[in-house]
Amino acid sequence: MKRWIMVLPLAVFLLVAVFLYRGLYLDPSELPSAMIGKPFPAFSLPTVEGDRTLTRDDLLGKPALVNVWATWCPSCKVEHPVLNKLAEQGVVIYGVNYKDENAAAIKWLTEFHNPYQIGIRDEHGTLGLDLGVYGAPETFIIDAKGIIRHKFVGVVDQTVWREQLAPLYQGLLDEAGQ
Amino acid sequence: MRRWLAGALLGLSIAGVAHAAIDTYQFADDAERERYHVLTKELRCPKCQNQDIADSNAPIAADLRREIFRMLGEGKDNQQIIDFMVDRYGDFVRYKPALTARTWLLWFGPGILLLGGFGMLALIVRKRRTQAAGGTVDLSPEERERLAKLLDKERTHD
Repeated sequence: MKRWIMVLPLAVFLLVAVFLYRGLYLDPSELPSAMIGKPFPAFSLPTVEGDRTLTRDDLLGKPALVNVWATWCPSCKVEHPVLNKLAEQGVVIYGVNYKDENAAAIKWLTEFHNPYQIGIRDEHGTLGLDLGVYGAPETFIIDAKGIIRHKFVGVVDQTVWREQLAPLYQGLLDEAGQ
Repeated sequence: MRRWLAGALLGLSIAGVAHAAIDTYQFADDAERERYHVLTKELRCPKCQNQDIADSNAPIAADLRREIFRMLGEGKDNQQIIDFMVDRYGDFVRYKPALTARTWLLWFGPGILLLGGFGMLALIVRKRRTQAAGGTVDLSPEERERLAKLLDKERTHD
């Protein structure tokens, strides 16, 4: 039998081993979002506080974070102080109150401070569905034209902000300034 | 006997858990019900990743089931419903991925491996067969000469 055929099983094994080894360090819960590069979906929903109707046009003009949150979501509570701090630093944050009771949401915002420049009341999760949201918290970054540039699933903490989101957001600000 | 009975009961109760997500939807006809079952089996829950949305109790799975029911009522066909989901949640939600340049290896890889295996098997079998027949082993002229010498030596010994 030819020499190369003897090496073949070893070669196949090594190839598979490389793939499996890489697989050890992949996070299966990290889904690539289908929404990146697409425009923020159109919607017509009331505000969380008050009864003004909001549409997609209200989100245009400035790069911003769009944070999907709810009072039933424990990790949103962990995330909230971080968002407050970011809002203090001048970061534009819009909130989508996802499948929540409005009274509870208003109570939350008065108790823990409101970091959102605009609060969208998505009681039935229709906007969430169009955004491809499958839990909370999720945070999108949109540019001044309303195109979704990034999606982060999970709690935004200082490290995530500094290492992943801040450079992107700053890039979009520079882009919009030109 | 009692132990056997307990085991059987346990098995039955587990079978019930596997289909725990029960909604009450009124379908227009049996065909629509059938399509609903096919679609909810074929779409994957984005939250609880190893379940289809028919099996999952996650709120998002319930929402997606409701959307499928709504779209069926609106008369959308299966492809439109699947496209709706893929637009929002990506190719990830399809348990039966579309055949594209990125997925052809996934679709045909196992078949190619199987064919390769059969090919190897055929090669080995053929080689063994020619060896067993023994007649067709070719020797180079030098080898023939050497063989003749060895045989001669043997004969002179006798």
